[in-house]
Order: sequence, then C-alpha cells, then structure tokens
Amino acid sequence: MRYIPNSPEERKEMLEAIGLKSPEDLFDSIPPDLLLKRPLNTPAALSEIELLNRFEQMGRRNAGARRPSFLGGGAYSHYIPTIVDHIISRSEFFTAYTPYQPEISQGTLQTIFEFQTLVCQLTGMEVANASMYDGSTALAEAVLMAERVTRRSKVIASFAVHPQYLEVVKTYVQHAGIDLELVDFDAATGQTGETLAHAVDDQTAALVVQSPNFFGCVEDLSALADAAHAKGALLVVAVTEAMSLGLLKSPGACGADIVVAEGQSFGVPLSFGGPYVGLFATREKFARQIPGRLVGEAYDKHGRRGFVLTLATREQHIRREKATSNICTNEGLIALAATVYLETMGRRGIQEAAQQCLQKAAYAARRIGSLKGFSLPFSGPRFNEFVVRGPLDAAELLSRLGKEKGIEGGIALWQFFSDRPNDFLVCVTEINSRAEIDALVDGLESVSNR
Amino acid sequence: MTDGITKVTAHISPNEQLIFERSQQGRIGYRLPALDVDESPVDDLLPREFQRDDDLEGMPEVSEVDVIRHFVRMSTWNYSIDIGMYPLGSCTMKYNSRLNERVARIAEFASLHPLTDEQDAQGALQVIYELEQHLAEITGLPGVSLQPAAGAHGEMTGIMIIRAFLDARHGAAASGRRTMLIPDSAHGTNPASAHLSGFSVKTIRSTSEGLTDLDHLRELCSHGDVAGLMLTNPNTLGLFERNIKQICEIVHEAGGLVYMDGANMNALVGIARPGDMGVDVIHLNLHKTFSTPHGGGGPGCGPCCCTKELEPFLPVPRIVKTDWSVGEPTFRLDYNRPHSIGRVKAFFGNYGMMLRALAYILTHGNDGLREATEAAVLNARYIADGLTSDYEKPFNSPPMHEVVFTDKRQSRKGVHTLDIAKRLIDYGFHPMTIYFPLIVQGAMLIEPTESVGRQELDQFIGAMRSIANEALEDPELVRNAPHNTRIGRLDEAAAARKPVLRWKP
Repeated sequence: MRYIPNSPEERKEMLEAIGLKSPEDLFDSIPPDLLLKRPLNTPAALSEIELLNRFEQMGRRNAGARRPSFLGGGAYSHYIPTIVDHIISRSEFFTAYTPYQPEISQGTLQTIFEFQTLVCQLTGMEVANASMYDGSTALAEAVLMAERVTRRSKVIASFAVHPQYLEVVKTYVQHAGIDLELVDFDAATGQTGETLAHAVDDQTAALVVQSPNFFGCVEDLSALADAAHAKGALLVVAVTEAMSLGLLKSPGACGADIVVAEGQSFGVPLSFGGPYVGLFATREKFARQIPGRLVGEAYDKHGRRGFVLTLATREQHIRREKATSNICTNEGLIALAATVYLETMGRRGIQEAAQQCLQKAAYAARRIGSLKGFSLPFSGPRFNEFVVRGPLDAAELLSRLGKEKGIEGGIALWQFFSDRPNDFLVCVTEINSRAEIDALVDGLESVSNR
Repeated sequence: MTDGITKVTAHISPNEQLIFERSQQGRIGYRLPALDVDESPVDDLLPREFQRDDDLEGMPEVSEVDVIRHFVRMSTWNYSIDIGMYPLGSCTMKYNSRLNERVARIAEFASLHPLTDEQDAQGALQVIYELEQHLAEITGLPGVSLQPAAGAHGEMTGIMIIRAFLDARHGAAASGRRTMLIPDSAHGTNPASAHLSGFSVKTIRSTSEGLTDLDHLRELCSHGDVAGLMLTNPNTLGLFERNIKQICEIVHEAGGLVYMDGANMNALVGIARPGDMGVDVIHLNLHKTFSTPHGGGGPGCGPCCCTKELEPFLPVPRIVKTDWSVGEPTFRLDYNRPHSIGRVKAFFGNYGMMLRALAYILTHGNDGLREATEAAVLNARYIADGLTSDYEKPFNSPPMHEVVFTDKRQSRKGVHTLDIAKRLIDYGFHPMTIYFPLIVQGAMLIEPTESVGRQELDQFIGAMRSIANEALEDPELVRNAPHNTRIGRLDEAAAARKPVLRWKP
C-alpha cells in the first residue's frame, strides 16, 4: 500500500527487532475466537486512475449539480474566490490537529481568533466560539444554553425556522427536560409576529426565531427581543443565509442574546450538505456558558503575543458530564474557509454581494409574481429567498423545469408543509445572471402553461 | 507594528499581524460582475429599520495579495502531518491522501445542493449507501448512519439510540434505567454525551493491568438501573480489553447495552470486529481511522453503526436501495422510521468526508486495510520497545496501536510530562497526547500510526531518549523548552482570568 512507508521487508526486520515472528503476533492480546479469520468483504484495491473513473461515473448521476440553480433553504450558491481553496489546501492548515500545543499551532490559533472577531462583527455580538458542526446543531446548543442561563425549561420556537433545524433541536432537547413549543407564523406576511410574542411567559427560557426565516421573510427582531426580555427570556436568533448579515441590521443590534448561523454562504461549497460551519455568538456575560472551543489572546514571558485555547474548564475533557456541551472536534478547516472568504471579500465585498442578492431576488420576484397563475403568498420583506405559489403541484412543476429546461427552479414546500402543495421556495444570489433569471421565468411560464 | 507588542524577530513572517491591524481603507480583494438587473432603491425593498446602519465598521479591507501573504505567513507557524510524525495518542494522525481531496472536489459532488430532488442526486446517494455497506462489514454491525458530524456527535447518537431502545422495550419502567457506566480511562466526551441523553454516569475502575475491573462492573450491574456501558476498545491505554465478550455478557444480562467508542478502530480494521465481540452500537471517526483530514480541529464525521435490533432507531433519513434488477441501482431517502431518534444534523452529515473515506477504503482494498492496521500496531510496538529503557511504562501488557509511558523517572529531577512534550518540539516532533488518560499520572500517550517509516521512528525514539538524558543532566534545559519556536510557553492562566476573545479597535 503506497501510503505505508515501511516495505514488507522493513516490517519483517522491525518485527524481528522487537522479538516477534509474524504480523499475527501483534494481535496476541485479542482472544483467538474474536479474530476475523477471513478477508474483509470490501472491494479489492483500485489504482488512482480507476478510482477517479469510478467517482466520476457516480458523479454523472448527479444531474442536479451542473444546472443553473435557484435552490436555497439552508444551503446557498455564492461566488467563492479561487484563493479560498488554495489556502485551505495548504498542508500546514489541513493536516494539522486541534491546536493543543500553542507554540507550534499559532497559525491555526490566530486564524480562529480572526474568525471569532469576524463572527462578532457580523452578528453584532460580543463573544463568538471557534465553530459548531453547522447551523442546525448550533441552534440546538443555543437552546440548551438558554436553559442553563435562565434555569427555565420552556422554549418557544417559530414554525418559520428551517424545518430540519427544528427536527435537530427536538432530537437534542428530548432528554433535557425542555418543553419545546412551536407557534405559527402569520399566513399573510410569512413573519413570526404577535403570536410568538404573546406565547412568552415568565417560565420561558427563550424565544427562537430565524431571520430571514425559512420562507425568506425578514423578522422584526427588535420587537421580538423586547417581548422576550419583558418576561426575562432570551432571544435566540438563527440565520441560515449568512450573506444577509452584510445588509440586514445585525441580530445583536436588535437585542438578540444568542445568535447562531450557518456559515456555508461564506466560501464553502454546497457539497451535498456538508461539511459546513456553525457560527455561535453571544453576550460577554454568558461567555462561560458557551459551548465549544474558544481562542483567546495570551503572552509568553518575553511579552510576545500569541493565542491559546482558553476557558477550557467549560469543556468535556475537563468537566466531563458537567461540561457545557459534548462537542470536541468542530469545523476548523471550514471556519478557516469562511475566514479567508470574509477577509478576501472584505467590508465592501460582503456589502456588494448582499446588495446584489437583494436586487436580483427582487427582480426575480417581480417577474415571477406577474406571471399568469403565479403569486407570492407572503408579503413580508425579504432578502434573497421567497415563496412562489404556482398553478399546479410544485413538485411536478419543478420536475418538468428540471427535465425540460435544465433548471433547478426551487424547493417544493410540500415535503415540509403538507398544506402547501403548490408552493415552492426560490433563492437568487449574485451568481445568478439576469439571463438565468429570465430563463427561469420563461421556463415556469412554459411548463405550467399546457 | 502594533504598539506594545514585542517583535519576535526582525523577520517579517513571524510578526504577521491580525488582519484587522493590516487593514487599509479602500483596499479591495474581490470583483463581482456588475449588477445586471434594474436596481431599486433599497428602502423600497427593505424597511430602513431592518437595514444595517454600522457600515460593517471594523471588517477588514485588504487586497488579494494581502490575504495570500497573511495566511501563508501564519501557516508557517503550524506543525502538520505533512511535516512529520504527529504521535498524538487516540487522535490517529495518519497521512491525508491528496487523491481523496481531489475526489471531494469533483464538481458533480462539490456543487450538488442537498435539497436536489433525489432522482437528480443518485450518484451522491450511492456514495452514502456504499460507504455504509463497507463500514457495516468492517465493524460487523449492519445498521449504519453517516449523519453525525464528529465523534462526540456519533456518541450522542449512539447513546440516544440506546435510550430509545430501552424506552421502547420497557415503556415507563425504563425510567428506572438511567445509569451509564463509563470506565475511569474514558474520553471526556463519553460522560458529556451520556449526560446529553439524560443518563447519570457511574465510573468503573480499571485494574492494575489497565483493563476494566470485572468485579466492579458486576457490582455496578447488580442494581437493576444500568442502561449501558460505554467502552473504548482498545482502551485509551492502548490495551485490548481481552474480556470484552464477558463484559458484554455481564451488561446484557443486567439488561443494558454496550456502546463502543470507536476512536481506536485503527487497531482493529480487518483484524477483529466489534459486532463479533457483542458490542451493540459504535461510532467511528472517519477523521481518524479513515484518514479524512483533521483540518486544525475538524470537520470530522462520526458514523454510528449498530446491530439489526437497534437499526430502527437510527437517525432519519435513511438511504435505501430500491429497484436494481435493471440497469443501475437506484436509491431513495426513507423518512418513514417511526422509532428513529430523529435527525441529528441538517441534510446528510459531513458529506465531503464521506467521499474521502470511501476513496480511502477503495484505494486500500480489503488487504490494504488490514495491512494498514498491522503497520500501525507494529509501529506502536516498536516505539514501546524503544522507549522502555528510559521511560516508565505503567502497564506490562503489549500495546496495540498506541502506548502509554509516564514521567515517573524524570519527575524525580523535576522534569514533568509537559516539559518533555515541549522539549520534543525542539527536536522537530509534535508532542504526544499528554496527561490523558487521567488515571495515569503524568501520562504520555503515543500513537505513531502506519504513516511513519522506520527511520523517523528511530529519530523519534532517539529524541525521546536524548530528552530523558537531558532530564538527568540538564533539567532546566527541558523545563524551559521549547527554545526554537516563534513564541515561548504562553501564560494560559492569565489568558483565562481576563479573556480577550476578539480583536477590538
């Protein structure tokens, strides 16, 4: 095997050097009846050429990958500067371990410190951690943290939070003694309004909303923060489309107490759903309740600045069952990708990309909304996603659009909301040209019109 | 340079600032195509009170060249597998193949949206299905979910499966079974994951041989409250729990299930299978055993593998193979699993890691997988043999893929494990895992993996023996190490007292 440096002859010599006769002797401590006495029933080895052919062949069965796409719903197609992949492909970053030895891990540690700072700047919060697995698990951890901070057990979440995020939250809290209550959104605006604010009482640990929400509607976070705080509850805000932070008032400025986000929009390929990166930010006063790793500034005895993993007494390797979370390995390299992305795009690039998303989505919404038989069921303000109601079953409509026009037109909502058979979610970003949007509009018109 | 920060050397690279300190107003590192749709006033699209009013003050403004130099300079401050041996015990830092990286970047996978209609994502689903099949064969446990994003996430999934199974079997009476047994040598994630699933933890002692104490296990199992056992095998001392079959029987007779932490599977692939030992559920770390890169702290992937009996409880969706009588097999997503613990992550998990792990399995082939295990264990045994004359080995049994030593002899001269680890840096090696497992005072846990050649093993042994000698003759030299790094030991206590967790202007 070419990844194993020692040749069979060298291994034989090493065995002899330590007084063993055969490789089997290495496993003497395993009782004989537990040894596998046959070869594994997995395929024989492939060469590089054969392997690439194999994967390319399977890849050809992913027809969706090469089409112009308007899919969002928690995973977004954005422009990725070429340098992002080059930098994260450097050995020094991608083949390093978690930075437990700071003297020889300063590259990783300083980049995480920059990541934490960027997350704070974008979310308007005071403290951010070194990353979570993704947006959905970050949200689940935020709910658990809200319970720890408030010592209250009721959590109220909006139905307009990404349905898969809600599923993950349910799984995480099922044994935590948390009572999760879901409240409906306003059917006219698509926003979470009065009902959520009214549901908060003095037993409530947190209000959980997403903004822009799953339907693409921007929530009135300031009003929700006031409603939560009036009862001593926290406002937990999830953001699945992090690009919106370039334009929308930050959750922190609106009064949020914990902000989590999916960072995939920042330079991370779609890759069929992962690996992505969860952002987690909160107020300074809650820093010791935060899950996961934190990097902080430190100095050596000569006064030279460096960075270290800090506040580790919150974590599982020290606190064991009393830790703030069980998380250990997080999403280091993806956090690095997001850091490289954010620094390359910079202050102006994030603003311009967010502006283009807003304008192009508005253009697409105007055109689709004026098609005969189509409407936009929600009136709430939007960023780059919106719900369209078509004249026929959305799954059928989108399937025709894919097959006949080669366009991935959106996400049929029936899979999440069975009472919305004709609704689908359309997402437009800076990478969708006007020609693509026009082709989508024409395509929708033509496949629905027969 | 920033005021108040002492320069490391005059050399430019070690003094690279934070990007925020480098930022210059007006610098640009990107270009987008011009907006090609009619532009509306922003206020018409979005109420003013919903718009950001801080103009992203403080976000960096730098050119592309600035970004490249910034990260390349910082990268030179890192140790990495590609520089040399990375003997972190229980971390399995093996070579990360470039071919696997290439596979993960094939556009048809890298550009595929997770909510693509399953008909248009057949290749992606096939990869998941095939990897699941191979992991089932390797572990001897037929039910597999690839959804968990890391080892601790897989643990949580496995423990929740145990809980769901017991709840289904006993109904309300299951509330009397809320104790999870965990050996004192376990990873900290084990008790933390058990706690997340609503279990209280009882600790099992290890024997003087470094194995699970069967008498203590029997005693803990005699109260009728045991939900299960979480066991690492080989354990964190690098020793195979040779009584594993008996251990599983004791737990099963007490009505509990056995969860195995698969962090140390690199000692077993192709040699022995947890499913054949009586284990009910296990997590694997694709970022250890199956060589997906650690990336400076993730992403990982922590598949959960279980018995047929536990399969109904795995997270949804499952990927199932349908009609394959004609042409290519087809795959679909199955959400109809009423006993499932639910979803543990959005979409399908860390998919890019699955591509890499499948590529690893296919490039090794079944014989290569076994060969890697043999080479990994041989390397650990070779180190164990080479260091015994200079370092205290707390357990006599032959180790598997990793070996633990202590600082007992060196500490007589005031040189401790931390000092030895830091001194190793001066010899050009990344230190081993230190002070873990917790039950061994001054532990040094060394795992070379199969990715190290004999010459480098000899160099490592030589470095360790030289340090042992220095500890006798010049202990101060070791205590003040490292001497050749960009910065010295950092004051971590001060950093935790007044944490500075972000840059501020």
